[in-house]
Amino acid sequence: MQHFDTIIIGGGHNGLVCANYLGKAGQKVLLIEASEKLGGLAATREFYPGFKASVAHAINQFPEKIVSDLNLTRFGYEQSSRSMKNIGLDLEGNHVFVTQDGLSGVSDKEVRQYDLYIASLKRFAKALQPFWMKKMPAIGGNTIAEILTFIQIGLKLKLLGKKDMRELLRVASLPARDLMDENFDSDLLKATLSWDALVGSTQAPRSPNNSILTLLYRMAGNHHGHYMLPEGGVQSLIDALTDAAKSVGVEIRCDSPVKKISIKADKNGVKAEGVILDGGEEITGDRVISALDPKQTFINLVGAEHLEIEFLNRINRLRTDGYVAKLHLALSDIPNFTGIETLDDRFIIAPTMDTIEFAWDDAKYGQCPENPVIEIVIPSLNSPALSPEGGHVLSANIMYIPYRKKGGWSEESKAHLVKKLLNTLDQYSPGLSEKVIHAELLTPVDLEKDWRVTGGHWHHTELALDQMLMMRPTYEAAQYQTPVDDLYICGAGCHPGGGLMGAAGFNAAKVILT
Amino acid sequence: MTTDTKFADERLKLSPFHDRQAALNLRDSWSVWNGYKFADYYYDAEYEYFCVRNTCGTYDICPMQKYLIEGDAAEAMLNRMVTRDITKLKEHRVTYVCWCTNEGRMIDDGTIFKLGPKKFMLTCGSPSLAWLKKASFGFDAVEIKDITDTLAALSFQGPTTFSVLKEMSLKGIEDLKPFQIGYYDFADTKLMISRTGFTGDLGYELWIENDNALELWDTLYEIGENYGIQPYGEAATNMARLEAGFIMPYMEFNEALKTVHYQHDQTPFELNLGWLVDFNKPLFNGRQALLLDKENGPKYTLTKLDIEGNKPAEGSYIYGDKKCSLEIGYVTSAMWSPAVKANIAMAMIKTEYLHGEIWAEIYYEKELRQYDKVARCKIKEKPFWAPSRARMTPPEKY
Repeated sequence: MQHFDTIIIGGGHNGLVCANYLGKAGQKVLLIEASEKLGGLAATREFYPGFKASVAHAINQFPEKIVSDLNLTRFGYEQSSRSMKNIGLDLEGNHVFVTQDGLSGVSDKEVRQYDLYIASLKRFAKALQPFWMKKMPAIGGNTIAEILTFIQIGLKLKLLGKKDMRELLRVASLPARDLMDENFDSDLLKATLSWDALVGSTQAPRSPNNSILTLLYRMAGNHHGHYMLPEGGVQSLIDALTDAAKSVGVEIRCDSPVKKISIKADKNGVKAEGVILDGGEEITGDRVISALDPKQTFINLVGAEHLEIEFLNRINRLRTDGYVAKLHLALSDIPNFTGIETLDDRFIIAPTMDTIEFAWDDAKYGQCPENPVIEIVIPSLNSPALSPEGGHVLSANIMYIPYRKKGGWSEESKAHLVKKLLNTLDQYSPGLSEKVIHAELLTPVDLEKDWRVTGGHWHHTELALDQMLMMRPTYEAAQYQTPVDDLYICGAGCHPGGGLMGAAGFNAAKVILT
Repeated sequence: MTTDTKFADERLKLSPFHDRQAALNLRDSWSVWNGYKFADYYYDAEYEYFCVRNTCGTYDICPMQKYLIEGDAAEAMLNRMVTRDITKLKEHRVTYVCWCTNEGRMIDDGTIFKLGPKKFMLTCGSPSLAWLKKASFGFDAVEIKDITDTLAALSFQGPTTFSVLKEMSLKGIEDLKPFQIGYYDFADTKLMISRTGFTGDLGYELWIENDNALELWDTLYEIGENYGIQPYGEAATNMARLEAGFIMPYMEFNEALKTVHYQHDQTPFELNLGWLVDFNKPLFNGRQALLLDKENGPKYTLTKLDIEGNKPAEGSYIYGDKKCSLEIGYVTSAMWSPAVKANIAMAMIKTEYLHGEIWAEIYYEKELRQYDKVARCKIKEKPFWAPSRARMTPPEKY
């Protein structure tokens, strides 16, 4: 029987990042992945002969620190200096363009207001920046490191100055709608700017909670929230992380679903001592790290008999229902969008904030929205290898598509939704549906089944105030350690959360190494 | 709308024994337990107490909460919930248990009956279904059923109880050992009897479907007439259980799930129930917290006191000196014990002061005048009342 210093379950980007740091520190690491490929939701896969796409279709906040620590450029990861515009599409062609340098397509007044708006958001994002790549202090924790982190949080806020601090505390939990209404007039602009506060969450413009905080979280990257595609696409990040991991001796096993985390239970308590694979094979390790979502980790892999009652019930009540579906279109030709010249940007179909709100209203009662709101990227422009010569791939996030659809999901209901989506897309890109060779729709249920993510939720666990920071996923597991000795977690369900960031994997590795 | 219909849902539930008990409740002295109309006493609390100690009495435990917990994972689920190791519990045996929050604060105590390899009954003082559901999350193969309203139960306590049961021709009743469960032919059905109770004396608890409850009652009272049978209520129970050193909710402990103020609930170590906590078990709810509590020593310890004089120390403060300058605890229950002929009490005392002097400041009233005295207390390690007849098998016959 093989023995490792560390066994990491789940070869998504967080598992990979964690494996890299531990491998680099000299540990003998095994990374186990259930599916045939590493990368999880970021993995690029063929969805139709010759056409490839990844569920996570662009990158916006992968930390520079990890790129340089792990020397990822040496392993072929080329960050693009070009950030994608966010383009709010208008049926008449009066689109709104949001770039890193400012706005166009709106009135001068709005352009000027945007500069003020984005400047203050950038200051807030910068103040929060240090906390994403950091273990959060435990509530009630009294170690010097924990107290220092609390002081640092306070100091960072204090350094913002009285005016900004008040404003940050005010807007952090403000509904997106209020912030947009305060600042802007154009419906399309408001909807476009609120997109990144909402996408991937169970929040709509009028939902109170933390949509602006989510927006600030997304602004943590180099491009202040704008997305980019590396040379070679999203897969190049996964490839670089994989090669880097191999270079430091990380052993990788794909096609190896884990059935149980093996637990040693005796008078000293419970401790993880390895994993048992689906086939019954046992592998032992000094510690086990799970990059899977908290529900899978604790409810399925550890099991109730090894965890205390309140803890397991808190894990169970985590909100994990996904509301984003993914549409992949194999196209015979490049699409045209009315009034758009270059297509390697990010397009948003959400004409007003009400459209977004109504889409959510439908979804929260288990219906597919009458008018879905959509984010589009055409990754094959950046990475020609994703499609055959002349063909293209259109990759779209569709909001809000319920995990718990009334009556459940069927091939029929999926086909119905695809038809509706193509109708909508045709309005903005005339003739698009005629170019469609194949359409793949991945509902949150599909994401759950094929990517093994509970609820099909991007973030494993909803990024909401009560499930963030030192409450993520819940206390007693918010510092990457768990109530089970030698069992750690490092997935998107940990602080700081999901998105292609890798900070959870980084933070977990740091906890283990110090 | 008549008051009858207007408050229909608010009416107290009547136990299956109610008709007979109401006829014997000369004082119409009723209180409430878990929504059931329930006798505080029937004639006179002290008289009933003496019956329990000298002859026999019945105490209606229908309102006690009873849950059937069945399935492949029933044992694992219960074992994770309670602090004791119930994997050691044999079939047809009963064990006393307590269960805690993850902070080690006691939620409730009760008994677990192992009725079959995968079948348990849990009894406790307060409704616990919500907690049981929480505790069963993650265990697929467990079914929990509240049988409180369908399984009638009567606590039958006192030295002559065995004689009554024997005369009822319950075959093999003489072999029933303490904490054992037996099944006996009665009224074309099976009467379940456990040799358990809350009085510290010889006694049994009788379990039967509601439909046969009155027949059981009538048989007991017919035969029991020659053995001094008498129904007793809450008041007499409270006296007997204090002599036996048993704790009572809302006297010795406050149920953790219903406690608002920080640490106004108790840990098993504080309640002197450390013997119920089995750290050889790898996991149970509250294990981590209780390890710390054990290591650091509980803040308070529930202590049995023998107090000089004869004035019950009800509600007294406990001091570490006669001048009452050092407050070290408070009395939870107190009485003059006729059986032991001593002034007894249970008190929560700060653990660090257990080895010094202990004084109780007792307030009492004599014909409208208020008096107070400071009385010296002695710690008693053993229950005040623990007669050997309680443990004898077969028990003595009268």
